[in-house]
Amino acid sequence: MSQLSPQIDHLLRRAGFGASPADVETFRNMSPGAAVAHLVDYEARPDDVDARIGRMDHALVATRDLFSPDTDIEDARQRWMFRMIHTRRPLQEKMALFWHNHFATAYSKLAGDSGATQAAKMLAHKPGTLRGPQGQIELFRQYALGNYRNLLLQVARDPAMVLWLDGKTNTKAKPQENFGREVMELFTVGVGHYTEADVYAAARVFTGWNLRRSDGYRSDDINAYQEFVFNADQHDTDAKTFSFPIYSNSNRTIPARSESEGMQDGVDLITALAQHPETGRRLARKFWQFFISEIHAPDPAFVEGAAAVYRQSGTEIAPVVQYTLTSSWFDHPSMRYARYSWPPEFIVRAVKEVGWQDFSLDKVRAPLANMGMLLFEPPNVGGWALGSNWFSTGTALARTNFAAMLAASQKTSLAAALETTGTTPQAALAAMLERLTPAPFDPGPQQAMLSYLVAGGAWTGSEAQLNTRAAGLARLLVGSSEYQLV
Amino acid sequence: MAAVTLGLAAPPFLSAIAQAQGIRSRSLVVIYLGGGNDSLNTLVSYQDPNYYSRRPTIAVPAGEVLQVGTDAGGRTLGLHPRLEGLHNIFNEGRLALVQRTGYPNSSRSHFEATDHWSTANPQSATGPGWLGRYLDTLLRPVDALAAWNTAGETPHALLSGQTGVPSIPNASTYTYASPNRGSAAAEERAAAQVMAANAAAGRPHLALVNATNRAAIETLDRVAQATTYTPTVTYPNGSFGLALRTVAGAIVRGIGSRVFWVQTSGFDTHAQQGASGGAYGNLMGALGDGLWSFYSDVRNQGLANDTTVIVFSEFGRRISENGSRGTDHGAAGVMMALGGMVRGGLYGTAASLAPGHPTLENSSGDVRYETDFRSVYARLLDQWLGVNSVPILNGDFRAGAPAIF
Repeated sequence: MSQLSPQIDHLLRRAGFGASPADVETFRNMSPGAAVAHLVDYEARPDDVDARIGRMDHALVATRDLFSPDTDIEDARQRWMFRMIHTRRPLQEKMALFWHNHFATAYSKLAGDSGATQAAKMLAHKPGTLRGPQGQIELFRQYALGNYRNLLLQVARDPAMVLWLDGKTNTKAKPQENFGREVMELFTVGVGHYTEADVYAAARVFTGWNLRRSDGYRSDDINAYQEFVFNADQHDTDAKTFSFPIYSNSNRTIPARSESEGMQDGVDLITALAQHPETGRRLARKFWQFFISEIHAPDPAFVEGAAAVYRQSGTEIAPVVQYTLTSSWFDHPSMRYARYSWPPEFIVRAVKEVGWQDFSLDKVRAPLANMGMLLFEPPNVGGWALGSNWFSTGTALARTNFAAMLAASQKTSLAAALETTGTTPQAALAAMLERLTPAPFDPGPQQAMLSYLVAGGAWTGSEAQLNTRAAGLARLLVGSSEYQLV
Repeated sequence: MAAVTLGLAAPPFLSAIAQAQGIRSRSLVVIYLGGGNDSLNTLVSYQDPNYYSRRPTIAVPAGEVLQVGTDAGGRTLGLHPRLEGLHNIFNEGRLALVQRTGYPNSSRSHFEATDHWSTANPQSATGPGWLGRYLDTLLRPVDALAAWNTAGETPHALLSGQTGVPSIPNASTYTYASPNRGSAAAEERAAAQVMAANAAAGRPHLALVNATNRAAIETLDRVAQATTYTPTVTYPNGSFGLALRTVAGAIVRGIGSRVFWVQTSGFDTHAQQGASGGAYGNLMGALGDGLWSFYSDVRNQGLANDTTVIVFSEFGRRISENGSRGTDHGAAGVMMALGGMVRGGLYGTAASLAPGHPTLENSSGDVRYETDFRSVYARLLDQWLGVNSVPILNGDFRAGAPAIF
């Protein structure tokens, strides 16, 4: 198989996006414990991946005029794919992907309201040259392993989220329930741990959490922006009572406050929800499915252990992820290849393993959409349906056809890779399996690939044969069911 | 890079199976409106003064509705003005409007509500879908295209333990590409087919992906047939029009699918909904124009009597508008059925929107259901698809079913 130990291989697929040749060098001599520490402690390395966009020895981006990932959603999508492929902080980008699905916010609704430029900014703006707050995905990168209560507070004030869940129209005259419902149903405790009355009270808590536009705002101005503002005069100042404790003395009522102090209501509710015991458990179950397994139900001992770490650390995510990645469940051999890859994970790993020479990331957009996960466009606020739901006939075709496109683009380097090592069909297959890391093959599929290699004639390793069969074999491997597992 | 579509006819045993499973090849086309369609603005009770007092900015003006007559409760109703196409079908006697469908204690969560409509079980959100359970009753080995899903993911309603349903969001890209051409490409596809045939003993999650890959390869050529169809009408642009056009192609080409699934979203109109126009007007226009094109096309091909379309959503919306000139999640809503054999007309009775009226619930905020949606399902299963609805729906929901056939 690959040149790394099975444990490190598995760790890199789960806590990152797999290993490119450079990653193999980095991790080759690390123990699993050291590798986890290296991944979790990503702040020790600079966040320099964006500066490498445009280098010819990296994957390419395509654009009509100037590459504008802060204001053009297609460029933002390319930048994000570039980051996942080339980052030296894979766990940070992996967590950003996780949070993107958890706080699922869709570009098309924002664009319908505020236009394409502002919508892209709200989701992807990385402050540097343009004015305005950071985009939602930068928030997720900033808080990737951060404090969950603080992340929730930032999300509640995030312009994309405020717009997405109709916060702008949530006023004391007519409370709008969308955010109040989803902050409990989807972002914290989950269905069954709040009542309809709680939803209405939560709506009232967030009345006045609104947006304002920059001076001289025009939606097509790249320096225009929308930012959070608390409109005190829109805030419902009456007391709000919930079915669960808000304060450490078990008090379930947020007191009536003056308008100007009213924003504290939201801080109190978000703090209570972040600290609610069900939130830790729910996050633990999600981390089980994201990091450990989708085919084994979450082990209650893991859920309680991770929730305890979450609680004792004061709602910090880094210790919970650390606990997860160093747990005995994570490293158990039965958990290898026990999860189905998300479309971007599948594409990024394939690119890292097959190669990216002259490969432009704008070509990835249609396959991602056909596989069911166009970045920045979740189907609804509940995020994407995970696990085996990724696999329908249409999405399966999209995956295998992406494999064909990638293999075609890397034909030359794939043929060269087999030139010296592919003296027999068995050796050629073995050489390809050094580079690619599918789940183990049973004899039947193994034989099918060997038969493919000699279907056009006995194996001679000639240039013509390599030019055809190397890419075809790579396609069969990347398009195989075995490669869809992580 | 070449697209490989082998020009072989479907293996004879497959079309024989498709034949054997239906004396006449009837099709059921299920249209799911995602987000919770505002039924009160689809089928408007325009003589109810509370409709206007409770919806000051988003009520459809009385003078603009398309008249559909008076229901059994004596309420005179009209369709949204952008539903001209559906109005045509109604006037031909082939559109059934079933008012106030739903179930007790209906959920106002998109995900839960959709699950209940999918499982046909108000008590449970998990388990196979009602259409999946229908497919499981078909003779084995079942045709790989017994059902045809135009959405990217298999909807819960079509999920079954035993029957896979292909997802074909774009029939013309539903092909097997290759980095090579000619015989090398064909050999590659053959190898992929053998690899996907692996039973993957001991690894059911792998077997599941293999099953999907197998189904994809087996259905490639037959799906291609639907893309060569030239419609007799012009379908609207966009994915909804494309999906309906593809379904029409599959029906006309006799692929043999018994159930088609089409979904369109955007109905979660919490804000700036509009009335005759605006966002809701566009939703109604797209829905009505799409269905009118489909119905006309299928009728022109002489297949209207073999085709039934049903339209549903996971809930209706609240009666009063909210502060954002939109509506929040509600309860009961309208289901529609159309087709050459449908007995068109108004079914059920409109709610009275006066606070305190027994047709309302949740402090008169929502419309109370009158017809259990499972009785509509039962009618479709028993009368249209010709199977026994009782075991499929885990209960007898035939009593009180609207007589739409």
